[in-house]
Amino acid sequence: MINKKKKIYLDYAATTPLDKAILQTMLPYLTFKYGNSMSIHSFGMEASLAVEAARKDLANFLNSKAEEIFFTSGATESNNIVIKGTVDAYYKKFGKNAPKPHIVTTKFEHHSVLNAFKTIEKEDLAEVSYINISKDGFIDFNELKSKIKKPNTVLVSVVYVNSEIGTVQPIKKIGNLIKTMRKDNIYPLFHTDATQAVNYFSCDVTDLGIDFLSFSSHKIYGPKGIGALYLKKNVPLKKLFDGGEQENGFRPGTHNVAGIVGFAKAIEFVIKNKNKDFVRLKTLRNFFIDKVLEEILDSNLNGSKENRSPNNCNFRFKNIEGESLVLMLDQIGIACSTGSACSSSSLQASHVLLSIGLRPEEAHSSLRITLGRDTTKQDIEFTIEKLKQSIEKLRKLSGSVLTDYFKKYKGN
Amino acid sequence: MAYSKLVMEHFLKPRNRGVIKDPSGVGTVGNPVCGDLMRIYIQVKRNKENQEIINDIKFETLGCAAAIATSSMITELAKNKTLSEAEKITNQEVAGALEGLPPIKMHCSNLAADALKNAIDNYLSNKK
Repeated sequence: MINKKKKIYLDYAATTPLDKAILQTMLPYLTFKYGNSMSIHSFGMEASLAVEAARKDLANFLNSKAEEIFFTSGATESNNIVIKGTVDAYYKKFGKNAPKPHIVTTKFEHHSVLNAFKTIEKEDLAEVSYINISKDGFIDFNELKSKIKKPNTVLVSVVYVNSEIGTVQPIKKIGNLIKTMRKDNIYPLFHTDATQAVNYFSCDVTDLGIDFLSFSSHKIYGPKGIGALYLKKNVPLKKLFDGGEQENGFRPGTHNVAGIVGFAKAIEFVIKNKNKDFVRLKTLRNFFIDKVLEEILDSNLNGSKENRSPNNCNFRFKNIEGESLVLMLDQIGIACSTGSACSSSSLQASHVLLSIGLRPEEAHSSLRITLGRDTTKQDIEFTIEKLKQSIEKLRKLSGSVLTDYFKKYKGN
Repeated sequence: MAYSKLVMEHFLKPRNRGVIKDPSGVGTVGNPVCGDLMRIYIQVKRNKENQEIINDIKFETLGCAAAIATSSMITELAKNKTLSEAEKITNQEVAGALEGLPPIKMHCSNLAADALKNAIDNYLSNKK
């Protein structure tokens, strides 16, 4: 008999496994309930009812109206719609020759936010301010406040939970600030990419004071390729795609009905498990962080331990290169990730780790471990042992090459 | 991005890892900003034909799997070669001997031949 090695998945921030119960709710829509929601016959009606029921479930979770929920292919699309659509809507409203609008965001947003802003800057359509991040992984609130004061500010976009270091940004505080600064104006609008927050934090858009919220299904044990955008009623936003009448014509394209049904089921499970998951994972995470810092020499936690997603650990280990460590752990059956340039196709160290003031060699030495619903204490204990062994092995390989380099070139 | 089986084998079981005490030459390449640092130590002796050969070679590398595997491979390629033979080994040949590297790794992590050249140069300049 083949003894299949047990695999331990510790990369839940990258994606989550599809819950089997969610798959079951999707299967009819991938087989016999295959209608197009826009068709008027019974097949179409069946699909349309499923989509509208899912929309209500999502609206319930966000404490919004159903008509404020728009299905997209995922958070990347939602983020692009918000950013490009806000700028387009501004010029549509005030004319091509209107003064250039100003946007405020942070230095450690997801690439789908940052790169959308880079495109807008390249096209000379808006001026973008990137707020600095503290060593602990939080936005500089005073800087944010002073930047929003610019009278032409149309949009503020701040990630809810950072995907790499898991730090939680003060979304409600920003929402309140924007409300008081906006007075009777439409602008500035407030967007948050809540992709990593949905599992563990309140996404009550009314309470938080949010105008746009992006999220994805595959981070919450639902299927890939489906996400949503919460878009507050009467907020100016120009659509990106032309097509049919789906999503009120705002986001056309035949509905991914099975995906939408699975997404809604995933949200139902989030509501049910949120508190339980939060407490269990936070205990497990703290156990892991404490053990690693205690038992592995020259190890540090990236980002604050407080106000951090309960499933996120991000370490740096001196004299270690992250890609090597990830591959070595993968050989043992442990899957996690790194912010090292060597693991990315761009060959650049993680902008998130650089934004909290790490030097490139520190960013290269990072390891992100994100826990999830299936993670057990045994998994964590096993991982700690293997992590210790792998680091020891890699440190033997690198010897004193880094220390000597700095002695030679920096004279210290 | 996927590594060849041979890259993974050299990464997981690197050959000639470590330090040579009192080496004939040492060469270091790379920098911490890009993430890879390699150091090669060589011990040079004369063979029966009175040619200078690399009698022993060791490496220390901080870097990705490609950096470690190329370091390991060059030690195998260079061992017992004459200095003039060893000097001619190219980064391309090292990558080839490993059944190739992902395209993106060809430039950043494929530096082992340069490290060896530096070590040989170091030996030759020490000799003067």
